[in-house]
Amino acid sequence: MLVAYLEKIGRGMIALLENCGRIVLLLSDPEPFKRRPNMNHVLHQMAHLGVDSLPIVLLTILFTGMVMTVQISHEFIKYGAQSSVGGVIAIAMGRELAPVLTGVVVAGRVGAAITAEIGSMKVTEQIDALRVMAISPIAYLVVPRLIACMMMLPLLVVFADVIGTIGGYLVATLYSGIGSFTFLQSIKVFTVVNDVTGGLVKAVVFGAIIALVGCYKGLNAPAGAEGVGKATTGSVVASIILIFVSNYFLSLMLYR
Amino acid sequence: MIKLVNLSMNYQGKQVLENINLEIATGETMVIIGPSGSGKSTLLRLIVGLVRPTSGEIWIDGQEISQLKEAELNQIRLRMGMVFQYSALFDSMSVGENVAFGLRQHTSMSEAEIAKVVSRKLRMVGLFGKENIMPNELSGGMKKRVSLARAIAVNPQIVLYDEPTAGLDPIMSGKIDRLITSTRRIMGVTSVVVTHHMSSAFSIADRIAMIYGGRIIELGTVDEFRQSQDPIVQQFIHGTKTPGLLARRRTKTEC
Ligand SMILES: Nc1ncnc2c1ncn2[C@@H]1O[C@H](COP(=O)(O)OP(=O)(O)O)[C@@H](O)[C@H]1O
Ligand SMILES: [Mg+2]
Repeated sequence: MLVAYLEKIGRGMIALLENCGRIVLLLSDPEPFKRRPNMNHVLHQMAHLGVDSLPIVLLTILFTGMVMTVQISHEFIKYGAQSSVGGVIAIAMGRELAPVLTGVVVAGRVGAAITAEIGSMKVTEQIDALRVMAISPIAYLVVPRLIACMMMLPLLVVFADVIGTIGGYLVATLYSGIGSFTFLQSIKVFTVVNDVTGGLVKAVVFGAIIALVGCYKGLNAPAGAEGVGKATTGSVVASIILIFVSNYFLSLMLYR
Repeated sequence: MIKLVNLSMNYQGKQVLENINLEIATGETMVIIGPSGSGKSTLLRLIVGLVRPTSGEIWIDGQEISQLKEAELNQIRLRMGMVFQYSALFDSMSVGENVAFGLRQHTSMSEAEIAKVVSRKLRMVGLFGKENIMPNELSGGMKKRVSLARAIAVNPQIVLYDEPTAGLDPIMSGKIDRLITSTRRIMGVTSVVVTHHMSSAFSIADRIAMIYGGRIIELGTVDEFRQSQDPIVQQFIHGTKTPGLLARRRTKTEC
């Protein structure tokens, strides 16, 4: 029983690592990256991706900021530490919550969309058609999406930082009875620039993960319509796992 | 000229093609027939370098391509066009954009010139003025024709067709057959056509090759093919093992 279960976990881990390896292989041929990417495509992808995800990112982070503040201020006020609440919320937002949650939400929306789009191109032989027409699918499909994700995710995280902190501010002042001045002052005292920029660095990495995993899963979608569905689910699961794992190591590196 | 030398292909240990030797002359129309799953598509995919052979050589105009890098292959692919079995049109682009795609990517032609070429190619396939329609609004036969227009937009010297008449009604099939013939006549291209339809094969082919069990079991002109003594070839042409069998059976039941 237990052995079988461990074996299952082990197999999952091996599959995940194998996927990582293949994704790195996706990047091994430098040729497609040398050519100047089509800026039109990049901009198109950025608009598509940003506009698509902004509302759901804002909603997710707003409520996360609010519920965090409910819990934290409740506990902190008990110990007379209400003057720390603002800072704690802002730091948690900037360093962890905004980048990770934005990454997860975007993985669910954009990562899935990328895999579905490229996967259906794969199973209808459109990828082969590109190659026969002497176009590298990596240069034409992957590079613009990679650039777009790496640029848009930090932008989304900036919005998320702001809206999350605003959510915290509203709950702190209107519900928990912490003064507006106390909240803002505590943000000023506690936070440093790195709390935000570190989160943005993470966002760039998460953007790359989402785009690469999304494209990889799409380009390798098994034949048939159910193949695309499977690839899409697989893409979201793999991106989210990779985001959480890499987030841990990024935190170790960025916030020593 | 296309020359295949001792070409073998297997997918994860499953042998699909075995020791294929075939020479296709410049300007010739070679038709490949064979039951489904016999490796006809694989043969076309090998010729354009979409898959690499397990062993053997593929020569295109005097250049061996089986070991080339993707970037080098792309140079050769510029001289080739392919019509895929399910057309493989880019469904996010209009008909006009599909046909213009290769020109936009590989030439420095102005938009006006491109529009002219697109219009001319669409006229060739009988779809004049259909530039702004999206692929999902087209019937299967129209998709095939757009796919052909896209394949010949860049004036290739070699055109590969993967079952261009599969799933089409007889009238549309005849139209596509005539298009293949006229494309060859007008542009002087070398054509490799994979098909299931013997009537198509007989009407367009210079020579026919039959693949069975991963090997070429018969190769020859249309007439040679009709007279083939090979029972498998006869079965494929007539749908039965011996040409007389169907008729004999019919008379028996009538008695
Ligand atoms: N990418 C692939 N991976 C594994 N097997 C494949 C692949 N493509 C084709 N095959 C197998 O190779 C055989 C020949 O396929 P194909 O060339 O498509 O035949 P045909 O076009 O004559 O119907 C089939 O049995 C098919 O299952
Ligand atoms: Mg086939």
